Amino acid sequence: MKNEPERTHLETGVLIVGSGGAGMSAAIAAHDAGADVMLLDRSLIGRGGATVMAQMTVAAAMGEEVPDDWRNHFADTLKAGRGLCDQRLAAMLCEDAPAVIRQMDEWRVGWARHADGRLRQTEAPGHDRPRCVYVDFLNTGPAISRTLRAQVQRRSQIVRIGELCIADLVVADGVVCGAAGFSVTDGRTVTIAARAVIVATGGLTRLYWRNSASANMGGDGYALALRAGAELIDMEFVQFFPIGHLAPRLIGMDPIMWDPFRYKLGGHLLNAQGHEFIGDYDLIESGRYRATRDVATYAILKEIEAGRGSPAGGVYLSFQHVPEETLREAFGPVIDRLAANGIDLTRQSVEVAPMAHYHMGGIRVSPSMETRIARLFAAGEAVGGANGANRLSGNAIPEALVFGEHAGRAAALCARGERAQAWRDAAASNVRSLLDAEPAAEMTENPASLIARLQMLMDKCAGPIRTEAGLKTALAGIAEIKRALGPAPPRAQRPFDAARLDWFDLRNMLLVAESVVRAGLARRESRGAHQREDFPNLDVRLPVNQMVRLETAGLAIDTVASAHCPARSAAQ
Amino acid sequence: MNPVATLLIRRGQKGEEPSWSRFDVAYQPGQSVLDGLRRIRIETDPDLAFRYSCINANACKECLMLLDGKVVYACTARLEPREMRLEPLANKSHIRDLVTEIAAPDERLTRLARPAG
Repeated sequence: MKNEPERTHLETGVLIVGSGGAGMSAAIAAHDAGADVMLLDRSLIGRGGATVMAQMTVAAAMGEEVPDDWRNHFADTLKAGRGLCDQRLAAMLCEDAPAVIRQMDEWRVGWARHADGRLRQTEAPGHDRPRCVYVDFLNTGPAISRTLRAQVQRRSQIVRIGELCIADLVVADGVVCGAAGFSVTDGRTVTIAARAVIVATGGLTRLYWRNSASANMGGDGYALALRAGAELIDMEFVQFFPIGHLAPRLIGMDPIMWDPFRYKLGGHLLNAQGHEFIGDYDLIESGRYRATRDVATYAILKEIEAGRGSPAGGVYLSFQHVPEETLREAFGPVIDRLAANGIDLTRQSVEVAPMAHYHMGGIRVSPSMETRIARLFAAGEAVGGANGANRLSGNAIPEALVFGEHAGRAAALCARGERAQAWRDAAASNVRSLLDAEPAAEMTENPASLIARLQMLMDKCAGPIRTEAGLKTALAGIAEIKRALGPAPPRAQRPFDAARLDWFDLRNMLLVAESVVRAGLARRESRGAHQREDFPNLDVRLPVNQMVRLETAGLAIDTVASAHCPARSAAQ
Repeated sequence: MNPVATLLIRRGQKGEEPSWSRFDVAYQPGQSVLDGLRRIRIETDPDLAFRYSCINANACKECLMLLDGKVVYACTARLEPREMRLEPLANKSHIRDLVTEIAAPDERLTRLARPAG
């Protein structure tokens, strides 16, 4: 039985792909600037993505604890970025962060406060002073998501559609004119004509087996941008979160939950001999938690490699030196959730290890968040460049909110202009042939297991510590998985077809994984989150950014000595 | 013999007569039901449909289903070395396997959808 494929065609002004923090901020800003807005998500609106999972803190120079200035935050951001930050984007992030934090406060997000009403700001690693606001307990991301969602809903003209997976952007004459994909709910093909498109799909942590993010962070937006003709920047810099939870098995909690408690209480990182080892690696901790994420990750992996790791393959994190009442005060109800998992911090350590957490690289944009493809914008973690070779902790949420707002305004301006690229069916014919395809044969490979294979490969060969041989093994493995995946999806249109969704996801993941690996091979030095065993030193001649683009023959890399490097302190 | 958790899962899409699939997954203490379901997709049956986004954090609230007749989040319900019966939510419109329509009515494509040529 052969059915005619079903298709729905929609039209909008500003099309936003992804409804996390960046997408929702962009939707609000574009709407308030007078544009028609359509907000899509491959999952349910405002539930997937990374924002809702952020249990952590948000950096902004509010000066509520001690005097501060955005230029101090900027200086710390550049320092963490190891000379590679796009200073225009980094400055925008830091300068606008206080305003978006105030805006969220007006929208009643519930920032933690002192009795006298001042916001509580905690000192996170890499910051020169207490700068990071938060919502108790471990509730920062959910509170931000809920607040933005309420604001989006209040703007009833914003069209929201969940479970719509975009397979490709549609470009005619070098200008984006919309997108095409499928409804996960019923499988039908959906084409959308848009006057401007914002990619707000977040990062790529799903490329790694050990990761701290949600299942839909497979780098979709990077692949969409590449195939549309846009460039990516800094793809070799994947941030690993040093102390992701490993054991005992902990459910109902984000694996990165330990960090804020480490700031507050100074948890000890110990190797199998009970030695606190971070100080052996170039940094003196002096009882406080100071090491930036790339350094901590490196130190932990080196301890494990030297055979001084824990049974589950990590190191120990211990709060046993902290009095029980202090633990209770700092952890609040989290203590009870830990108890439900059989964990008593007064009596035991937990095992932690680095896991993929965030991507510094991403879509290359101008300060108006526009790519080199006209009418195509990006926002949030999907954008590359602001954080250079290593992101300062607390910068992800301000990046989502600030870049979302800028992209929303710029796209609205573009969509409200008189001219636009008209939708052209012919420009969508390649992706339509995938979306409308009848499968040629029975599914021979399990796409879910191919995804797991890619994740294991990336963990092993393209993790925080790299070698040329390992990266070449990764490239060969990626090519093999690509062959196994085949040229067309395994199924025709059906309601909630998990295998078909995996096929489209893996198509993107393979392209993005290859971008990470090729950029990693090309950068023959160690810098920030990219550590090469075979090139262990930072090369002072290499404060350059690498751009990845997709040519007919495959991925190509250009090296650009960025005008925005090297980093210099802008603080007074 | 290593202990196994047996997941008995109601299958099929809307409008079809439901069937049941039985999967044995290796049991490790502390794992969630969602861990078991994800393992089944990787090892045995990639067509098995269930919703989830956040995997572990109980943040996305998408993995609601019935475990032995009671509503649970699959990410916080513990896997146990026994037969566990999984069904879609009873009070929501059924889509496929363990997936039901839980999206807000005004966030569905059907609100806007008109067939195109």
